[in-house]
Amino acid sequence: MKPFFMLAVSTVALALGAGAAYAECGIEAGSVRILSNDFEALRLVNTTAEECASDSVTVTANATAEHKNLQVPALSINPAEYTVAVVANNSIVPLMNDDLIRPLDDLVAEYGASLQPNQLIKIDGKTMAVAFMGNAQHLFYRKDILDKAGIAEPKSYEDILAAAEKIKADGLMEYPLAASDKPGWDLAAEFVNAYLGTGGEFFAPGSAELAIDNENGMKVLETMKALTAYMDPDYLTFDANGIQAEYKAGKVAMMVQWGSLAGDMLKGEGAAEGVVENTVMAGAPTIGGGTVPAVALWWDGFTIAKNISDEDAAASFQAMVHGISPEMVAANPTVATWLVSGYEPGPNAVGVIATANAGARAYPMQPYMGLLHTALSSELAEYMAGKEDATQALADVKAAYDTAAKEGGYL
Amino acid sequence: MPHKTFFAFILPSLIAMALFIALPIVSVVVQSFHVEHGRILVEVESCQPFGGCTKETRVDTAAMSELKAAQPMGQFNGFGTYLNRGHLAVNEIGAILANNNGFGDIVTRIYNLPFYKALSFTLVFCFVVTPLAMALGFAIALAVNTLPKVTKGPVIFFSLLPMIITPLIGSLILYWMIQPNGIIGATLRHVFNDPTLSLRQSPALTWFSLLFYGVWTNAPFSFVVFYAGLQTVPADTLESAMIDGASRWERIRYIVIPHLAPLATFVALVQLMDNFRVFEPIVGFSAEANATSLSWMIFNDLAGDAQLFGSAGATSVLTIIGVVILLTPVLIRTWREFNHKVV
Repeated sequence: MKPFFMLAVSTVALALGAGAAYAECGIEAGSVRILSNDFEALRLVNTTAEECASDSVTVTANATAEHKNLQVPALSINPAEYTVAVVANNSIVPLMNDDLIRPLDDLVAEYGASLQPNQLIKIDGKTMAVAFMGNAQHLFYRKDILDKAGIAEPKSYEDILAAAEKIKADGLMEYPLAASDKPGWDLAAEFVNAYLGTGGEFFAPGSAELAIDNENGMKVLETMKALTAYMDPDYLTFDANGIQAEYKAGKVAMMVQWGSLAGDMLKGEGAAEGVVENTVMAGAPTIGGGTVPAVALWWDGFTIAKNISDEDAAASFQAMVHGISPEMVAANPTVATWLVSGYEPGPNAVGVIATANAGARAYPMQPYMGLLHTALSSELAEYMAGKEDATQALADVKAAYDTAAKEGGYL
Repeated sequence: MPHKTFFAFILPSLIAMALFIALPIVSVVVQSFHVEHGRILVEVESCQPFGGCTKETRVDTAAMSELKAAQPMGQFNGFGTYLNRGHLAVNEIGAILANNNGFGDIVTRIYNLPFYKALSFTLVFCFVVTPLAMALGFAIALAVNTLPKVTKGPVIFFSLLPMIITPLIGSLILYWMIQPNGIIGATLRHVFNDPTLSLRQSPALTWFSLLFYGVWTNAPFSFVVFYAGLQTVPADTLESAMIDGASRWERIRYIVIPHLAPLATFVALVQLMDNFRVFEPIVGFSAEANATSLSWMIFNDLAGDAQLFGSAGATSVLTIIGVVILLTPVLIRTWREFNHKVV
């Protein structure tokens, strides 16, 4: 039954794809060269954009996890190696800092009829990127386990801690929680998430002066540490894929995981019996009695390089608009949480949408946020391993950030 | 050989060395003395799909490009980067020495500084792995040397495997094996009857796993060199020692080891240099929380959202200085031996 179903789905998908292949992108001539991160939704956008290739139009795409390291050097040269850089809240910043992408207002006016106003990322009044999908971490939990322990859906980290205690005490699971606490990008993202939930600001207004050394910062660190008491003792080696595997193995009852991995979870490849059917996607938890979900909202969008000819820029913009067209989204509703018009959210998007509706804040776009993220990624490890206290950890983060910010010319 | 001919012979290599070794090092040194220009920040309004429009800080790119055109290298910072908290941390160490609660406190607080934390693991890795790997390699070489000819080939091939495998893949393989559900991890839990035992959670066990990996991956190099050396041990001397009634151990101790001593110096030199730039096992073992190395620091500076070239350059120069300091005793010894032979 299942293989037959899969076959039917792929046949339909093929038919749709073949139909779209003849779609008219309206491009006369030009070269489109796309650089993007490497995950399913972006690969889909890239292949859809590639349908615009014709005798006079070439479309190539490079989807790689190393895109962040490639984009600045690749767009700095003239003509740029790539005409399109697919970015997110954080990876657009280096391109903005070095003035490598062009304002898109003219192109939007001419070719952007299918775009919605909220897709346009405007900086200083100019459209610099076109967003097409949203992403956020949110709560995944096992309804069967929580029901057995007699607990309702947790709404805050305090609820999660209480639920974990109950599950452990009842002997339902030894390590009911998991988080992507691996030192590096993941661990820093956990801190940023929780800190956003406190409502605090990372920097003093209008400057690069760090402002996390306060009770909000302490609260975040305390909560992060308290959660680890209910985690596998190897918690410092798990990233998002690691906890996904642990959860699928049926070892975890609750985790705050990426919305972009919800589709993978629902597909349930490699999952233990009973895990997928009992999994509920819910909005991200709040922290410390706050009302804002303690996670960052992310968007993925495309930007057009500055150092290319206007013809290539127009061709690239049209190809990308085709890549994120409502038809593509209608044919692939479960791949991502699309921001495109006409999108009907599927079961995989419930968590992200609940989180966004609850008023979660976007990942900060300040030019020096990357430096803070790096400082957090290396300085929080010792605290999480229980080798130093929270005051020392915050002091270390500040010292490391100040050093880097001075070197980067921000302080 | 006349000097002129000699010079003509090595000129191509000299040019290649200058181009591919000396010049990059010079550029790294120059880079390490510079930091980015002071950024000119402006407040602008930014609008996103979520949360509407907010005031945000941006870099004024027009003003920055003028600064960059005038001084493309950035600001000159002298030794500032070398002395800051991310590297030698002179001020922080001064503060720790001036105000502390005894020796233990000093050590803990200095270890908390990123450079010294990385340096401690790097040095421990060097000085534990090098001798152990050499001893293991020598032992394997002695064992293989006594094998019958038929079995020698396959045994040598298997002994070389750790060196053939790419270091990152090798460390990942071992990392998966020591996971709680991996073959080594599960066996250890069974043997010690401790269901919570995990080689990845405590710093001591992480260090132990990394050192174990280091010995495993470095032993084959010593083995190959020592095995080749064993073929040159004079058979006459060995036979006369046997006639004199020397045991196998005595023959190894008084004939083989002295014969191989110059080789050992060479192996130690190469291995120390290799181990000082330990990097792959830290990434492969996801051990960043408990162990970092100088090379890992360079990687960390260049891999983030914001790249710090000056900082990476300074760490690189400090690594080169470290290698030179490590190798000095060995080099002095080699130099003396060389002079001795000439005279």
